[in-house]
Amino acid sequence: MDKLLQILSANARLPIEDIAAMTGMTAEETENKIADYERRGIIRGYSAVIDRERADDSMVTAVVELKVTPMKNYGFDSIAEKIVQFDEVESVQLMSGGYDLGVTLHAKSFRDVAMFVSERLAPLEGVLSTATHFVLRRYKDSGVSFIDGKIDERSEFGR
Amino acid sequence: MIDYSKVLSETVRGIKPSGIRRFFDLAAEMQDVISLGVGEPDFSTPWHIRNEGIESLRKGKTWYTANSGLFELKEEISSYMSRKYGVEYSPKDEVLVTVGGSEAIDLTIRGMVSAGDEVIIPQPSFVCYEPITLLAGGTPVFIPTKAENEFRLTARELKNAMTPRTKLLILPYPNNPTGAVMRKEDMEEIAAVLRGTDVMVLSDEIYSELTYGGEKYVSFASIDGMKERTVVINGFSKTYAMTGWRLGYACGPAPVIKQLTKIHQFAIMSAPTTSQLAAVEALKNGDEDVEEMRQEYDMRRKFVLAGMRRMGLPCFEPRGAFYIFPDITVTGMTSDEFCAKLLNEKKVAVIPGTAFGESGEGFVRISYCYSTGHLKEAMKRMDEFISSLKNGQTGASDA
Repeated sequence: MDKLLQILSANARLPIEDIAAMTGMTAEETENKIADYERRGIIRGYSAVIDRERADDSMVTAVVELKVTPMKNYGFDSIAEKIVQFDEVESVQLMSGGYDLGVTLHAKSFRDVAMFVSERLAPLEGVLSTATHFVLRRYKDSGVSFIDGKIDERSEFGR
Repeated sequence: MIDYSKVLSETVRGIKPSGIRRFFDLAAEMQDVISLGVGEPDFSTPWHIRNEGIESLRKGKTWYTANSGLFELKEEISSYMSRKYGVEYSPKDEVLVTVGGSEAIDLTIRGMVSAGDEVIIPQPSFVCYEPITLLAGGTPVFIPTKAENEFRLTARELKNAMTPRTKLLILPYPNNPTGAVMRKEDMEEIAAVLRGTDVMVLSDEIYSELTYGGEKYVSFASIDGMKERTVVINGFSKTYAMTGWRLGYACGPAPVIKQLTKIHQFAIMSAPTTSQLAAVEALKNGDEDVEEMRQEYDMRRKFVLAGMRRMGLPCFEPRGAFYIFPDITVTGMTSDEFCAKLLNEKKVAVIPGTAFGESGEGFVRISYCYSTGHLKEAMKRMDEFISSLKNGQTGASDA
């Protein structure tokens, strides 16, 4: 991945001047390159990594494994595009292995997740089966560890 | 009552403790200090290398190795020196595996220097060359390198420092604390001075993998005619983020390595077996990790350098290691005063240049072995500190 994208994916809130310094570009070049990435859809958005537990968010997260029959001529795209529309859905990915689509859901309660799966996802044309897994706790997300208390144990000496 | 001042060696008592240590004892007593002081990577050793160490323990490989190191490791070191720097060393008798590069430095100096011999040490440089020379009964001869030469050693400076008693030249490049790197043409000039003499060279190349700006690092031993007079010191600490594994090596002419091996054999026996087995994996499959870490350091280097320039601290662009060495004389303070004041007022710990020799006066060492977030906060605090000095909110006199 390009250096600029690496920096942004680690911290999208760094000021342009800092990013420019780190990449060796001017601030203007950096802005232009970011704008270009946005225009071309390489950068799709920016978001914060939130520890929902800490934020006192009682929402429930679930990962649903969907097995589906691919549609003629459209493969998995057409059903994936339908699933993407729902607000409850955080991510949709086509998977290799034991199932086809991995869907991450976000809802108010266990019951809401269950209802959503049974009433929205399962009835979709082509869905063969669903398996729902609830997230109990997150230790790391988007490359960020949620475990506190990491201290720098290096001594100050050293050559 | 034993009078310890009488029982302890006078030479040892005469050695000053490291200036790095002294300053950090101060910082350790304060709360919320943000440090730019450490001289080691913030990365953990890459997992596949750690795992090799763990596996070796699981399999019960807990014995000594041969004194000079595992043959397989020496073969890997030999092939590394060849593919990276184009210098051929026989794993049989030209490579010695040591406990860190530090031990290799100690052995090389002790192996060559007798009472009255002079050892030329360019400064600012790492703190160990002088005390080890003194312990060996040698006389350190310092060459203060200059900011206008980007802290490189010049042929003229070397020529002026050489006498009939000169035994050994220390070449500490890429340099801690300045980040200076000797280019091939600089080394050629040094080589021209040495050719035809019996002066030996200890080339401390521990930071050889950490150079920036596109130029490929050149080992001093690869310069025409220099291999026969050079002991190359390198190790795994900086390159593979393996400081705690304590593993380094010396490569040099067989008659030299043979003598160094004797000291090593009697003082150490052999380097840690777990570390040696992990190091084999590092040399075999670690190139990509090194490149990734190097790129990360490079990004931080640029970031901190831009910060220094924004603050108005003159600073040449360091091309090696992971330090930046800005000139702080514009503040009107000495290095010690600057560091003490910065620590007291903004709780940022940097190291006075004088810890690396008198010629470090007027400079401070900043390490960028830290996350971007950490560096950013430190730069912010330093910036506030420099601005407050400019606005006269605080004076140099009360430091």
